[in-house]
Amino acid sequence: MARIIIPTPLRKFTDNQATIEVDAIDIRESIHALSSLYPDLKKQLLDDTGDIRQFVRIYLGDEDIKVLNNEATPVTDDAVISIVPAIAGGIA
Amino acid sequence: MNSISFSKEELERYSRHLIIPEFNIEGQRRLKNAKVLIVGSGGLGSPLLLYLTAAGVGTIGIVDFDVVDESNLQRQVLFTVDDVGQPKSATAIKRLKGLNPNVNFIEHNTRLTSSNALDILSDYDLVADGTDNFPTRYLVNDASVILQKPNVYASIFRFEGQVSVFNYTDKDGKVGPNYRDLFPTPPPPGLVPSCAEGGVIGVLPGIIGSLQANEVIKVITGIGDPLNGRLFLFDALTFETRTLKVHKDPDQESIVKLIDYEVFCGIGQQTEDVPSVKEINVKELERMKDSNEDYQLIDVREPYEYEIAHLNGVLIPLDQVEEQVDQIASDKKVVVHCRSGVRSAKAIESLEKKFGFTNLYNLKGGILAYADEIDNSLAKY
Repeated sequence: MARIIIPTPLRKFTDNQATIEVDAIDIRESIHALSSLYPDLKKQLLDDTGDIRQFVRIYLGDEDIKVLNNEATPVTDDAVISIVPAIAGGIA
Repeated sequence: MNSISFSKEELERYSRHLIIPEFNIEGQRRLKNAKVLIVGSGGLGSPLLLYLTAAGVGTIGIVDFDVVDESNLQRQVLFTVDDVGQPKSATAIKRLKGLNPNVNFIEHNTRLTSSNALDILSDYDLVADGTDNFPTRYLVNDASVILQKPNVYASIFRFEGQVSVFNYTDKDGKVGPNYRDLFPTPPPPGLVPSCAEGGVIGVLPGIIGSLQANEVIKVITGIGDPLNGRLFLFDALTFETRTLKVHKDPDQESIVKLIDYEVFCGIGQQTEDVPSVKEINVKELERMKDSNEDYQLIDVREPYEYEIAHLNGVLIPLDQVEEQVDQIASDKKVVVHCRSGVRSAKAIESLEKKFGFTNLYNLKGGILAYADEIDNSLAKY
């Protein structure tokens, strides 16, 4: 199972879970599996056409999926996927 | 650089730097010769300013238009209770001069805007961004790219911090990624956490701002490997730290001029997200109360907000209004309030649409307006 690390601003959509495990073969499947587990998270991560939003970056290990194979980047069972959102400060 | 000299007092003050072999007096000279601009003297700005002043940066500029507020003292360790109500930039400089009189401070008691940013930044070698909003973050980024200055970035939210060094020119003259390479566009206002969901643990800016100060010192002195092309993430709750790679985005257009960052971040459109519903102001609510008018007061905030201050309303958090609709009267006037009036407007819109209510009134300005205009014993947050 790949492990997805949920950033603080999005944990309210995952019942405050900091990591979620998903069974998926690539990043696209991982994000969609996460979205079906927590539907409220979906609109935070994906736009209307199902693409990952521009103010959210997805990492596999320490690498941006944009320089790998984007959403088709394969994930292994021990993969760590990070969702990195833009955050602005302490007094939102 | 050798022309920069130190007094006996300075040599003694900086002796713990001078005896680090790779830092030595050359590193100290570089610090003394440096001009650093700190944008924001709040949570991140406090440790940044304290450590950079103590370290002996020669010239430090501070941009801040705000005044010290009681709610700042939980994390903004530059300030004390005596400073509440005072301008932050001048107050910070007064405190910092006491820490190190050898530093030259420049006060910019103004809001950084597209019309003054290039002028202000052009006098400095490096900018450190400790602001708390997206428009200023993109403005600082774009101005530093145009002026070809490194931008030492840090950002915090609740328990989580990010640090990076953007627009850094390495020894081979190669310029690293900037903020737009990481986040090409900001989140739309509707998706950023609202006032009710914000907040930050007070120690976090101390940790992240200190890391930011360390990166400033590394960039100035040239020691170590700055966080160029890397993003450091810290989660204070899980103690998980990660350092991720940041790449230049080949699709990113060159930044050649400053734009209207409020528009870019959709701030002007934010009011459109507030539904248009019937309103009453806090004075009218007070009059209704005084004349014993029969009405119901509903509070759609969260229980932890109710604990801070309340108006004795029936507490039904926004996400529960539909399931607890039977608690809301339909046969008399119902005033709905939250902190500032946005969530209560959303609650009314949803109740009107789904259940056909016609008797709901939004309290304009929420409990904050009530605290300002009617009862100043209420805590504002």
